[in-house]
Amino acid sequence: MALIQLRDVTIAFEGTVAVDRVSLSVEKGDYLVVLGENGSGKSTLMRAMLGLVKPRSGSIVYGDGLMKNQIGYLPQQTAAQRDFPASVEEVVLSGCVNRMGTRFFFNKADRAKAEANMALLDVTKFRKKSYRTLSGGQQQRVLLARALCATDGMLLLDEPVTGLDPEATRELYDVIRDLNVRHGVAVVMVSHDVRGALRDAKHVAVMDTGMDFNGTVEEYAAQYLNKAVKARG
Amino acid sequence: MADLLSRWTKKPGRRGTAVLWALLILVVVWLLCHIRDIGWMISEMGGYLSYKFIRRALLVGALVSLCAALLGVSLVLKRYSMIGDGLSHVGFGALTVAMALGFVTADSLPAFLPAAVRGGVAAVCASVAESPLPFTLVVVVLCAFLLLRLSGQSRMRGDSAIALISTSALALGVVVTSMTSGMNVDVYNYMFGSILAMSASDVWLSVILSLVVLTLFILYYPRIFAVTFDEAFARATGTRAKLYNRLIALLTAVTVVIGMRMMGTLLISSLIIFPALSAMRVFDNFRAVTVSAAVISVSCFLVGMMLSCVYSIPTGAGIVGVNLVVFLVFSCVGVAKG
Repeated sequence: MALIQLRDVTIAFEGTVAVDRVSLSVEKGDYLVVLGENGSGKSTLMRAMLGLVKPRSGSIVYGDGLMKNQIGYLPQQTAAQRDFPASVEEVVLSGCVNRMGTRFFFNKADRAKAEANMALLDVTKFRKKSYRTLSGGQQQRVLLARALCATDGMLLLDEPVTGLDPEATRELYDVIRDLNVRHGVAVVMVSHDVRGALRDAKHVAVMDTGMDFNGTVEEYAAQYLNKAVKARG
Repeated sequence: MADLLSRWTKKPGRRGTAVLWALLILVVVWLLCHIRDIGWMISEMGGYLSYKFIRRALLVGALVSLCAALLGVSLVLKRYSMIGDGLSHVGFGALTVAMALGFVTADSLPAFLPAAVRGGVAAVCASVAESPLPFTLVVVVLCAFLLLRLSGQSRMRGDSAIALISTSALALGVVVTSMTSGMNVDVYNYMFGSILAMSASDVWLSVILSLVVLTLFILYYPRIFAVTFDEAFARATGTRAKLYNRLIALLTAVTVVIGMRMMGTLLISSLIIFPALSAMRVFDNFRAVTVSAAVISVSCFLVGMMLSCVYSIPTGAGIVGVNLVVFLVFSCVGVAKG
């Protein structure tokens, strides 16, 4: 059983179709990169997987013990967050809100989970520091730690390396691969950094409103390399 | 000497500490120089405390300042601070309409209605005009939800929508006033605030509502933080962000209505915005910002109230003045901290 199974998902806003009959599945331990131009519907597809937008038709089924509200999400940063007064500890702990149920406050288990994830992403040393004083790469690591607090098995990353310098980009990819390989976290990443994203991916999907391609990295390389060669020839 | 000082202040952390100490020493020296005046002010204030309406105003004011500051942190960070301002204008419109209802009599209603209906309507109108606070509260709460909805829509930008509604409400209030009572002392008081405006029943309502606001804020603090910091993430992980946005808007509406009689329509939003902004200059984690905003807000209120009693300044303006001074001082400290 797949963690997430999408069948013929169509999403439309005010008459414009953003995602057209897309089928996709994410297995345990998978590393899927969704590529596409701006406006190709890849972010919308991701928001649908998170339950933030409702598909017009088709179905999204969560399985293998994954609950809809237990997907670790790394959203694109908003302008408001850049000068937000919050310590790293507070940000990471806020990922545990979905585990609170009817409780009003965090308990020991929540704090322990936050602690473990801060250690995992090597941000424990910044715990008392303000989020807004960190570098872009450090901020992403903090948000990853928060996302891990909300999930046990799956991360959805929305353009995680936007605005990072090459060094920080490489480091972040390493961290994500580590989470995937060593900790068995399934990763779905929306990106337009083709080369970087493909370095570690197992599967690739290419969106252009509909699904242009869906297969393994090797198949992707073969097909798109061919296209490039043909186009040149 | 200057060389030593400059070398010592090279480290940014130290520079901040140095400026903090310098400011603290300045303040202490200034206070010592004016110790006689301050003693006089406090003794004057002691005299005022024997008046019942001053004690009422102190109680309600302190509670409202506390609530406003707590909500303000979230509102300012979510870029919703204009909602507070918009709501106060709506509150003014609703208040004037409520007061105007006092002019409705059974005879002034259309004659085709049965006498019993006319009598009933007139009685309801009279009771609304008698204690306009509950009526205003309902209107402002409804408007808060409307503003929240509008600011989420992209078709008409949220801030323009808020400006539209708030100025319309203000205009409605002014028109209604000029058609009924005219610009009298009551209306002036609603605009600029008066500590005399509180009746005993208003005080009870205010105290209960403030306690509700405080309790809800504390109980939902972790969720309010999550929704304030990152609404998309909170929603994706199953937090009902819309519900908490509504909770914040509701609590803000309540706070605005309770506070506007004392602070005035034109000044109440400062109670929401100033303490949060001041606290954010200096502190950089959410808990510290929230706690210090609350402390700043209540202390500014008490000092402003004292100044207003002793020097006969309108209360609202006095409190805003003190808040402004605190904001400037905190900004200096923030710059020094780097």
